[in-house]
Amino acid sequence: MKSTQNPERATGRLVRGLGVASLGLGVPMLLRPGSVARLAGVDDSASAPGVIRAVGARELVHAAACLVGPQRSVWTRVAGDALDLALLGHAMKTRRAERTGLRGWGKRGQGERLTRVNLATAAVAGIAAVDLYAAVRTARAQHGKGRPGPLSLEASTTVNRPPDEVFAFWRDLGNLPSFMLHLESVTTQGDGTSHWVAKGPAGKKVSWDAEITSQETGRRLAWRSLKGATVANSGTVHFAPAPGDRGTEVRVVLHYDVPGGRVGRAVARLFGEEPEQQVRDDLRRFKQVMETGSVVRTEILPHGTEAKRQFLQGPAQPNDKQPNDKQPNEHASNEGSSR
Amino acid sequence: MKAVVWQGPSKVDVQEVPDPKLLNPRDAIIKVSSTAICGSDLHLYDGYIPTFMPGDIFGHEFMGEVVELGPEARERRPDLQVGDRVIVPFPIACGACTPCQRGLTSLCENSNPNAGEAEKVMGHSPSGIFGYSHMLGGYPGGQAEYARVPFADVGPFKVDEDLSDDQVLFLTDVLPTGWMAADMCDIQSGDVVAVWGAGPVGQFACLAAQIMGAAKVIVIDRVPERLAMAAEHTGAHPLNYENTSVLKELRELTAGRGPDRVIDAVGMEAHTDVTAIHAYDKTKQVAKLSTERPHALREAILSVANGGTVSIVGVYGGLVDKFPIGSLMNRSVTVRTGQAHVHRYLPDLYRRIRSGEIDPTFIISHHLPLADAAHGFDIFKHKEQECTKVVLKP
Ligand SMILES: [Zn+2]
Ligand SMILES: [Zn+2]
Repeated sequence: MKSTQNPERATGRLVRGLGVASLGLGVPMLLRPGSVARLAGVDDSASAPGVIRAVGARELVHAAACLVGPQRSVWTRVAGDALDLALLGHAMKTRRAERTGLRGWGKRGQGERLTRVNLATAAVAGIAAVDLYAAVRTARAQHGKGRPGPLSLEASTTVNRPPDEVFAFWRDLGNLPSFMLHLESVTTQGDGTSHWVAKGPAGKKVSWDAEITSQETGRRLAWRSLKGATVANSGTVHFAPAPGDRGTEVRVVLHYDVPGGRVGRAVARLFGEEPEQQVRDDLRRFKQVMETGSVVRTEILPHGTEAKRQFLQGPAQPNDKQPNDKQPNEHASNEGSSR
Repeated sequence: MKAVVWQGPSKVDVQEVPDPKLLNPRDAIIKVSSTAICGSDLHLYDGYIPTFMPGDIFGHEFMGEVVELGPEARERRPDLQVGDRVIVPFPIACGACTPCQRGLTSLCENSNPNAGEAEKVMGHSPSGIFGYSHMLGGYPGGQAEYARVPFADVGPFKVDEDLSDDQVLFLTDVLPTGWMAADMCDIQSGDVVAVWGAGPVGQFACLAAQIMGAAKVIVIDRVPERLAMAAEHTGAHPLNYENTSVLKELRELTAGRGPDRVIDAVGMEAHTDVTAIHAYDKTKQVAKLSTERPHALREAILSVANGGTVSIVGVYGGLVDKFPIGSLMNRSVTVRTGQAHVHRYLPDLYRRIRSGEIDPTFIISHHLPLADAAHGFDIFKHKEQECTKVVLKP
């Protein structure tokens, strides 16, 4: 699956998550440095509570930065991790020295303290890796942010029905809106062309005409928009028998020639924030319709199952709102029951 | 209707929510007569399963009466009628995809409308499950007066009137789960089987291993009454890990070989008496750096005989740390896992209950009205009042 999708949102979530983690670490460090010292295996050091309080205060600064500041604030956590590792490295050296008998050998609990220092160090190293990953992601997300360009999407699925049947359902273009949720309707016209209507951003409809450019029954179907479309687009679906009686492998490639500027950005949003997720979900619904007769519904998505609406999931309980994406297409239902 | 709703870690409430509606033509609505709290509900209760959210309804072990049927459910399954008494398998399965047709119903490819979420965490999505997080479908659970059951022509299993709810309720999950744990071990004559966890699934895993011909079954837990229950009802040899070194004891019991087959019926919130390890796992779990505390699993892997089998049915949600892959790789160990493919085991297990060979009611410690669900969760979690299994009555 390839696309020009912007990963900024996912990075944002990761950074906020790390902010919450900072909050969770900072509060106990400030309030109960003694317990933290025990857990980290440095509870016999007189200076430990003071150091831990200072680290706790620093964590709260990270939390504030990650939660309300810009995403790149996560770099402050990376710096903090380096400091923690240095502190624990010092503690580990001291413990090792004790172990080899230079100092304090034979004191009860020293072996266990060394184990805890080692464990705490491993934990912090793990945290550092996540922080660094998030930080690097923010750097990438800054680069090339929001730039529209040609949008190319690929997705595939395996449908447990024979290739001819799967092809025939797709070839009947009027079926497409039953699983492609951004489409409102596709109407076949007398001259072999078809009229496509899509739900655009902000409730605006986008429509265009298209023609089938090539087809091979049970194997391949390709189409492209005709002159005059707001956004030139084309698509190809490949059908192939899946090995071992698993039905049909379906591979979809879609191209959108998204121009620059406001219109381009608006049209890019046709697919929501996560276009590749949208196409994959469309194919998942295609499989549901082919195998079970209709799109499978769940109570958590009363706002519909488009990728961008999945951020609005309600609680998993019955609700008075019906999911507002299309009712399963009648034709699809009938197909289903006849199988 | 009334339903058991999660409010946040260790908080549940019985609340008034809208009645369920048919959303798909193959749906049914069930009026719940009995529903149980599962050990795996405790992972949700404690807040360790990603994407389980406040407001979600619990419950994947439930049974009751069919009160409404969608038109396609009627058409596809004429023998199922309004008024029928049914149990409902916890994995939701369509019956038509490749895994369903191969008997792997907990891997149904069509029953999780939110599969995209699960793919982010697990790579591929398993089936949808009632009341078990948004990434597993976000279906309201069955700890309620009514429940919507998708693919009613595939899931609900009719039960005879002369069998009580208590006799058949555990066919929804814990009995087939314990049974599958032993089934995945492919027990050969002379095999010693060790089971971690003497909760309901562990009890049934011990029972199944005995029925499948194990030479000896050993059960490991720390709750004395659960160990005693397993010894009495399944003939398993109890090991209390608080009083003994499990690895050493298992060596002794098998003259150094280790158990041939080991079953993890504990899952992600294992407890260990080694305080430092517990603190480490718990710290990482609470900080969301690791979702699991895999102590039972680590111990099971280290103890299994060379060339043996590790069967995992205890629930894990995400990532584990300090996983003994070296022990697994170097010793030709087979790992088998899965949420139970309940549909596949139902007819056989139902027949065994029918004939009196299996009486699963011994695990029940409490019957409570649905309204007392919060109390039920509390005593089950803290293993108070010798609580082993709570059945709720709406
Ligand atoms: Zn369960
Ligand atoms: Zn299926």
